[in-house]
Amino acid sequence: MSKQSPFRCARTKLKTLIASTSVGLMLTANAVALPTAEVNKTGLAVTDDTVTVGILHSLTGTMAISETGAQEAEKLAIKQINDMGGILGRKIEIIQEDGASDWPTFAEKSRKLLVKDKVAAVFGCWTSASRKAALPVFEKENGLLYYPTFYEGLEQSKNVIYTGQEATQQIIDGLNWVAKEKGAKTFYLIGSDYIWPRTSMKIARKHIENVLGGKVVGEQYKPLGDTQFGSVINKIRLKKPDVIYAAVVGGSNVAWFKQLKAAGITAKKQTLLTISVTEDEVLGIGGENLEGFYSIMKYFQSQDNPNNKAFVAAFKEMWGEDSVIGDVTQAAYLGPWLWKAAVERAGSFDIDKVVAVSEVGDIELTTAPEGYVKLHPNHHLWSVARVGKWNKDGQAEVVYESELIEPDPFPAGYQ
Amino acid sequence: MSFVYNKLMGGKEGLTGFILLALLVLVVFPLCLDLFRLNLVGKYLTYAFPAISLVLLWGYGGILSLGQGIFFGLGGYGMAMFLKLEASSPENTAIQSTPGIPDFMDWNQLTELPWFWEPFGSFAFTIAAILIIPAAFAYIIGAAMFKRRVGGVYFAIITQVIAVILTILIVGQQGYTGGINGITDLRTLNGWDMTSDYAKYLFYLINCALLLGVIVLSRFILTSKFGSLLLAIRDKEDRVRFSGYDVSNFKIFVFCFAALISAIGGAMFTLQVGFMSPSFVGIVPSIEMVIFAAVGGRMSLIGVVYGTLLINFGKTAFSESFPELWLFLMGGLFISVVMFFPNGLAGLWQDYGHHITDRFKFITRLFKRKESLPLDDTAKSELAN
Amino acid sequence: MLGGYTYGELGSILAMQGFAGFSLFSVLLLMALGLAIIFGQMGVINMAHGEFMAAGAYTTYLISTITEQYFPAFMPYYFVFAIVIAFFVAGALGYLAEYALIRHLYKRPLDTLLATWGLSLIMQQSYRSIFGAREVSPTLPDWLMGSYQPTEMIDIPINGMFVLALTAFVTFAVFYLMYKSNWGLRVRATTQNRIMSGAVGINTKKVDRYTFALGCGIAGIAGAAFTTIASTGPTTGTLYIVDTFMVVVFGGAASLLGTIASAFSIAQAQSILEFFISGSMAKVYTLFALVLILMFKPEGLFANKVRR
Repeated sequence: MSKQSPFRCARTKLKTLIASTSVGLMLTANAVALPTAEVNKTGLAVTDDTVTVGILHSLTGTMAISETGAQEAEKLAIKQINDMGGILGRKIEIIQEDGASDWPTFAEKSRKLLVKDKVAAVFGCWTSASRKAALPVFEKENGLLYYPTFYEGLEQSKNVIYTGQEATQQIIDGLNWVAKEKGAKTFYLIGSDYIWPRTSMKIARKHIENVLGGKVVGEQYKPLGDTQFGSVINKIRLKKPDVIYAAVVGGSNVAWFKQLKAAGITAKKQTLLTISVTEDEVLGIGGENLEGFYSIMKYFQSQDNPNNKAFVAAFKEMWGEDSVIGDVTQAAYLGPWLWKAAVERAGSFDIDKVVAVSEVGDIELTTAPEGYVKLHPNHHLWSVARVGKWNKDGQAEVVYESELIEPDPFPAGYQ
Repeated sequence: MSFVYNKLMGGKEGLTGFILLALLVLVVFPLCLDLFRLNLVGKYLTYAFPAISLVLLWGYGGILSLGQGIFFGLGGYGMAMFLKLEASSPENTAIQSTPGIPDFMDWNQLTELPWFWEPFGSFAFTIAAILIIPAAFAYIIGAAMFKRRVGGVYFAIITQVIAVILTILIVGQQGYTGGINGITDLRTLNGWDMTSDYAKYLFYLINCALLLGVIVLSRFILTSKFGSLLLAIRDKEDRVRFSGYDVSNFKIFVFCFAALISAIGGAMFTLQVGFMSPSFVGIVPSIEMVIFAAVGGRMSLIGVVYGTLLINFGKTAFSESFPELWLFLMGGLFISVVMFFPNGLAGLWQDYGHHITDRFKFITRLFKRKESLPLDDTAKSELAN
Repeated sequence: MLGGYTYGELGSILAMQGFAGFSLFSVLLLMALGLAIIFGQMGVINMAHGEFMAAGAYTTYLISTITEQYFPAFMPYYFVFAIVIAFFVAGALGYLAEYALIRHLYKRPLDTLLATWGLSLIMQQSYRSIFGAREVSPTLPDWLMGSYQPTEMIDIPINGMFVLALTAFVTFAVFYLMYKSNWGLRVRATTQNRIMSGAVGINTKKVDRYTFALGCGIAGIAGAAFTTIASTGPTTGTLYIVDTFMVVVFGGAASLLGTIASAFSIAQAQSILEFFISGSMAKVYTLFALVLILMFKPEGLFANKVRR
């Protein structure tokens, strides 16, 4: 029963929202008449019937693997918005730039999009490093970035809307679930050696020790790209943790799961919870190597609701039947929709006005594939944490959903 | 006067090339490009520093270093540390649990500034550190290896491994270094806004001036007796040794000097781009620097600057329009440079440029300036896009 | 007692840890064997070595997909054939690369580094264009992915044993080829004195081409084998290349025995260190120690005696 209640809650909200959306539609109808001089006082690339936005992801280099889905989702959302008549009566035009997996290139292309192309919004970046590199440019040129990836938090900028989860939203409820459901007391933390796993593990450790009263029996970091996990697996075996909590990324992630399985550590014997595996990663890892392990995300492709079904169908129609949709892809899809909602509320494309209405804290989407989302004044989204259990076919079965969790990028007591 | 002419400029040929390059970067670019593109050129020109260092080291000395990223990174990080400390004044970082230290340290539970960060609060120390630390590090590596006659391929691979070690350390010790995100969000230099248009022009000009200065200094070294010795070592090391020279000392010196040049480039990079990250330290950037040198012409101080500009403009232009094609093109370029034009652009100019000028001897005097820069036009047309 | 562990537990961990070290050893050796031939014997710095491994891995993926589609009954066995085919595919690519590129550069070893780096970029982009930017995963036969349990507490990974056996086989084959066969004699003669070898009637060009192809073919075998333990993507090769060079250089470039000794010592050092300290620091210490040792012993562990 407890599983059902958040749904009910969302459903009642839905009804009130349908009412507010229709008001929104009327507003849109009015807005069409708004002249360009009204909706664009800051010299953005807005004409009487078009508005230009930027998409900035890596199409080449090591990150292209991950970022492909995000830019596909953004293009899908923009196409759908255009099919519905665009924003304030203007069709969205896209300028796409390649970040080339190179952080200064992200800064360089951001500056190009903002200074030369005068785009009204940018959807892009994937890694924290690329966002950190581009951030000063967005702040200086007063641009607007919709950033899709779940990340370590510890950041809040006027010029960025974060559509993925910050660390606490992903971690805490998942840990609560595993402690309650599996009676877990001892945890082994393993991650790739960089900022996101380390920050996530720090939050996890504090929560395990201070709130759950459990024990962290080991914490390990492997260099990015490392493919040898034999010794680590033996260490884990020696410690016999109730739960392995993993945040290994990239090529290492594949090696980690393959070697884990080969070492006889499977879901039958061991509970494993990861925060770094989405449907995208499963393609490389192979569903058979993940079977029975758990991921904590806010979205899974298998989610059973009408929004998601429509989204998955549209995505596959546009990008091919074999496409898979991971958490970040869905979060990227939200970007253009959130921007549309804010622009229509503000009645203007001007960055300051769009940010101002976004900061009120009541921009919401009822059509999000993940369910209901709402923008918090701190520029992050309220979101639900979901635990998915992986099947052999590379899809996850959602076994737990939390309530809507308030985003808290600077968590007190976890630093 | 003849000292200046022959030693610093490298004779008639060198002087013309030098003046044309100076005109291009100091006059043509600032006049023809908008600030955005100019800033890009400034960034590219910082890569020309390590490329020039490789002319000395590899073209003349025959020592291939796959670790110039180490020194570029050390210089860049030195500057970034200073700027970060300034950006982390107690007022700016009041929301942290320990105000006054860089934000990433606060996230990693550091409660006080690590000792090796302390002196970077002083600008004078920082400048000194940028000039001394990379060179000293190069001295240690160089002394250990050249004294034991490690050379050639071994040297290349060992420098590469050192670059890997440094990258893993920077990424892993994120409390002290900012980790994979690097040191970001640098905005002021001694209280002066680094991101203003004025500052960008100024940094660009300083960068060009330093670059030209480095070229002159390198030319001086190469035209001196030391330069001839370097060539001799490259071609017949044993004979030089048997003639009574201590070969390793010469190699150590040129390695240190190359490190110094690269570090200056790194520091200018941080100033112009506004951040520094481990992705400029590792294998890929280090090899790219070698590529810049190879494409420009490993024997030509001026050529490598054009090589650096050409590759980077190509990268930007092609990755905008045909991201797929770019890697093919880049790969093909390396292969063809090695196979067909071992002396790079400079070699091409020497082989074919002269034919052109010879054929039109009667108008040579009028046209020499324009034609002696085959790159100038391509670069311009690329800029126009 | 003993931090709360019984002797039985510690014993089994010791056994498994020992195996982890051996497993890493076999991986390093398999990676390095091909390069030891190309770099050690021919002096070519093949920066595209990782991409030839990726060629083997992608071949395995292709064969796995085809088998799954058309001959599902054949699934449990396809892997062995995939390795053989991977050898020939990577070998053929190597043959082509030698013909088009490498043979022009034997006199300029440092330049081979640049040219093969260019080649590696082209190969990476080809993989990306053909197979997509995402990582792929061949479906591995079930018998490969389990573990062998001699006692209750010990799990020995079967894929680890498989790689170990394969490495042993390849190593012996290479030794036989290089030191017992006529062809090996020609290879060694050519590397020692090209002109004299030519003078006594050895077709040195042909020897070069086949040696390079053999090295690449072994890389292909390694790539196929590593699909069992790691990822397959366009940039997979870059994960291995530095380690591979380290093993060959540390072993002493011209010595196959040195390569084996070097792979063994690096693997054990890293595996043991990693058991006691964090993974990334273990890597730093291992690499650092290697650099230090190489500074004192630049020719590596086992070097051919040369007068300098």
